[in-house]
Amino acid sequence: MKFAPFEYAAPSTLEDAVRLLGKENAKALAGGQSLLPTMAFRLATPALLVDLARIPGLDRIELDAAGATLGARVRWRDIETDGRLARAQPLLAAAIAHVAHYQIRNRGTVGGSLAHADPAAEMPGVAVVCDALVQVIGPNGRRDIEAGKFFTGALSTALAQDELIVGVRLPAWPATRRWGFEEFARRRGDFAMAGALVFYDDADGKATNAHVGVIGACTRPHRVAQAEAALNGRPIDDSTIQAAARAAERAIDPPSDLHASAEYRRSLFGTLLERALARARKLS
Amino acid sequence: MSFVGQPMERIEDLRLLRGRGQYVDDLHEPGALYAVLLRSNVAHGKIVSIDAAKARAMPGVRAVYTADEVAPNAKVPTIPLRLAPLPQLVPYEQPVIAQGEVRYVGEPVAVVVADTQAQAEDALDAIEVNIEPLDAVVDCHAGALAIKYTASKGDAASLADCFYTRKEKFSVQRHTAVCMEPRGLLAKWDGARTKLTVSGAAKVPFATRRMLAKNMDLPEDCIDMIEPDVGGGFGVRGEFYPEDFLIPFAARKLGRPVKWTEDRRENLLASNHSREMECELEIGCAKDGTIVALRGTAWVDMGAYMRANGSIPPRNIAQFMSGPYRIPNVRIESHALLTNKTPVGTYRGPGRFEADFFRERLFDIAARDLGFDPVEFRRRNLPLPSEMPYPLPTIQLPEKKEELDSGDYAKALEQCLQEFNWKEKLQLQGKLIDGRYHGIAVGCFIEGGAAGPRENARIVLDDDGGVSVFVGSANVGQGLETVMAQIGADALGIDFAKVRIFHGSTTHLKEGFGAFHSRSVVMGGSAVLDAAKNLKAAMKSGGRSAEGTFANHHHTYAYGAAAAHVAVDPRTGHVQLVDYTMVEDIGRVINPLTAQGQAVGAVVQGLGGVFLEHLQYDEDGQFLTASLADYLMPLASDFPNIRAFIRGESPSPHNPLGAKGGGEGGIVPVGGVVANAVAAALAPLGVVPRDLPLTPPRVWQLINSGRRAP
Amino acid sequence: MKVEFQLNGKPVSAEVPARTTLADCLRHHLQNTGTHVGCEHGVCGACTVIVDGAAVRSCLMLAVQADGARVTTVEGLAKGDELSELQKAFRRHHALQCGFCTPGMLTTAHALLTEEPGADKERIREVLSGNLCRCTGYVPIVEAVYEARSAYGKAK
Repeated sequence: MKFAPFEYAAPSTLEDAVRLLGKENAKALAGGQSLLPTMAFRLATPALLVDLARIPGLDRIELDAAGATLGARVRWRDIETDGRLARAQPLLAAAIAHVAHYQIRNRGTVGGSLAHADPAAEMPGVAVVCDALVQVIGPNGRRDIEAGKFFTGALSTALAQDELIVGVRLPAWPATRRWGFEEFARRRGDFAMAGALVFYDDADGKATNAHVGVIGACTRPHRVAQAEAALNGRPIDDSTIQAAARAAERAIDPPSDLHASAEYRRSLFGTLLERALARARKLS
Repeated sequence: MSFVGQPMERIEDLRLLRGRGQYVDDLHEPGALYAVLLRSNVAHGKIVSIDAAKARAMPGVRAVYTADEVAPNAKVPTIPLRLAPLPQLVPYEQPVIAQGEVRYVGEPVAVVVADTQAQAEDALDAIEVNIEPLDAVVDCHAGALAIKYTASKGDAASLADCFYTRKEKFSVQRHTAVCMEPRGLLAKWDGARTKLTVSGAAKVPFATRRMLAKNMDLPEDCIDMIEPDVGGGFGVRGEFYPEDFLIPFAARKLGRPVKWTEDRRENLLASNHSREMECELEIGCAKDGTIVALRGTAWVDMGAYMRANGSIPPRNIAQFMSGPYRIPNVRIESHALLTNKTPVGTYRGPGRFEADFFRERLFDIAARDLGFDPVEFRRRNLPLPSEMPYPLPTIQLPEKKEELDSGDYAKALEQCLQEFNWKEKLQLQGKLIDGRYHGIAVGCFIEGGAAGPRENARIVLDDDGGVSVFVGSANVGQGLETVMAQIGADALGIDFAKVRIFHGSTTHLKEGFGAFHSRSVVMGGSAVLDAAKNLKAAMKSGGRSAEGTFANHHHTYAYGAAAAHVAVDPRTGHVQLVDYTMVEDIGRVINPLTAQGQAVGAVVQGLGGVFLEHLQYDEDGQFLTASLADYLMPLASDFPNIRAFIRGESPSPHNPLGAKGGGEGGIVPVGGVVANAVAAALAPLGVVPRDLPLTPPRVWQLINSGRRAP
Repeated sequence: MKVEFQLNGKPVSAEVPARTTLADCLRHHLQNTGTHVGCEHGVCGACTVIVDGAAVRSCLMLAVQADGARVTTVEGLAKGDELSELQKAFRRHHALQCGFCTPGMLTTAHALLTEEPGADKERIREVLSGNLCRCTGYVPIVEAVYEARSAYGKAK
């Protein structure tokens, strides 16, 4: 399982990187933790790998009053060890704790995960649920893409061939926000068979601004409007949780595959959403 | 001082811990070329044409071989059965390379040899293969019958007169060993001396040499098989595979060293699969819970060919269905059926893991029907020490009688219950606690060992005061060097540190038999004892070396019991293994540290088969689980609570050490015990597991279909 | 392409095609075969090495990406002929059988205990869940790593 031959370049500016990505069958390389396994099976055979390692600034985590910006080359390990994020972006921190294994976490990156767009990956789910903006650069300069529109299907995104993710911008997170994250994988570190991400704000004992997202169970991460509607304007009690979970089960459209049937994934997502909401309710 | 029985730290570890092991891919031979295999991507088809012209012209490519080069205008050689060969199985032997027809996805079609492995892989895509697809058999019931085995004892027709009978159908899924080190070979041809040297042999180097010599039309003396460090065997590695012919063939043809390292995708696709079988099993009991008869039929999916040890799973499922129990009347028929999937061979506890799952599930169902405590049901059906040796069913073809050699089976059961804390845990049976159903179960098992016909050893006094011990047993990672050094040191009355062990390779002895059927300690160890005795005698007349041999046709039977406690989340179908406790008596224990290691490791491997591991195909025979992201094996975080207690209270009467094999017992009861615990946990929901693996979606499905039932 | 890095404290260099993984560079170009390759797709962990202090899968890293880095492999753990405390604990607990996964287990555990000498058994199991072992059932490996903690705690 050796890689097919390719050229390698390690530009030191974003502009050079974008120029190189304009070449035929070029592919950006950050941590390589998703790309290189694909290349090992020769499912990807890029002609040119553009290593982003030497471009300065992409590994920064920046926090301000308006939110958090994670550079494309920020690793899972960086998120895990950044003491600020657990408070500033608790859903992000909780979700990222489930990403892969120790060694992968030392190299896998935010940008790589967003670009790879695995339906079960945590980072895309967080981006979608949190209304994040994916910041990209291309031959015509920079643009931001709403995360909700970025993931177009399994392993596919709105990113053009010659565009590069430079970071992701997460809106500020009110300290009183309630949230929960639950995922179920066969083994620790495996891609989840389903995962539920949820948050809502509290307005006089009732939920408002509810965000519910699904990963793993569907072909792309997405919000589940029907479940959000079942939460908004209601106190989060057992019956609201049940109603939201059942609405979520009805709303999603999971595929059947090698690992599980659609019915199982549907039920699993409902269960996980119940549990995530129960967790959110318990937060003080 | 006696070294046998001590938890000696392993000799092997000193090199392996420092990264100084020498596995076959670690060998760097100057001038070596690299081989990769082109494998069939269709399950069944007629080879219309193979055009390798473009591939041959690619950079670094030295040769491309197909059946046309291997056997121009003749039939390519086939791989003979090593174990239990029969003339009627010859038609199902696998050719060393596909000729005219392919019969499974992964079957070798061509060999590319290039300067580097990457270049050889580059050339694979350039070979134009035209295969006309034929119908693929994926369900073994639609497959051709290669052979039917029957194991019998007493009169199973007595079932008809039993107070209680119950018939159930069960299945175990296809899974296999997946050794951490993929297979590999480095073949060198020395034309001037007519010498072929093959590194990477494992398990049975002498048998492999015999087959290779025949297929390459060379005298055995012209071939050396070298056994380097081996990264796990478990029955799968070391049998004669197509590559065992193709790589030496390429080396001879090119006159250059040729190396092949199996990649993980090939490993999952091309190494022997195992375990896939279905069984219909009927039990008959008297009113007092005494088992009167066991009758059943097994259907074993053999894959596309009968490989070197392919006969063993269908034989074992028949002969060992009754396991350790006193059952006077038995008749089990086993059908070995051919499909268009990867061929099947042995995997640790072959046929026994499956038999235990079928039998122990049926026992718990029967005990429940009869209103018996499952422990009491087993207790009263175990043979007493005074009944030893106790006869097992006799299998044919060819006929083989078997008997359990020694032991107090009920005592092992009691010890297991005690260590497990059965009485206290029984309070949890079927209870829903914090959203999870708890269940416990216990079962008994045997492990066969000590396959004959014999093993050989040679001991040489070295000039430095140490001794070199050469033994025909093979090291597949189980710690052979250490235990042989313990046995050798005691036999010669010298220090453990003075004993050097050489094993496996055909260069050490005239004949050896290797490592399978939990035989190395019993057979190799007894041969070392014999050589030591002969050396002591020889030394009286100034001799400095002696040979020894141990011949034996009586198998040993280690035995024990295992208990499991599970907690099942009915919403996700996830089963947590809260506790797993096993007790095994392996006769004389040579090294408690390594014996314990075998047991715990085997348990966790078995748990993989219960919960995670499944080699899957689609309806066209396409292989779906060709990566370790799809073929799931246990991780460090999965099963933390495993306890094994190794006893040595019942020495085998059949060898001077009193040892019984200890490499496989741990895996044998896992499926039955764990499935019974899950069944006990979910009994309130009416769930009756009949099939492995117990994946979360499957358990969830059982619960939800159970709820819908009236 | 030319790559230069520190391997177990010594400078090394190799001329490799761009497509060469760090694992293959170590094993075949530099003939340091202690690092094992078990899957080549980032699942088994046998090829784990420590790059600039972080445990990584060397099959999921190009050799050129290690240019200028400090790389520690299993060969760099013992002090001369004496096993490290971690290695001794592995031996004492019979935490290896065939030994193929062992280099990755050792490098992973070494990186973990260097960073977190107080890691509890759950954390050890969590971190080692990125390394497959087919022989031991993991129980003795976890015990060995847990026992070796004291050697790392003291070193700090």
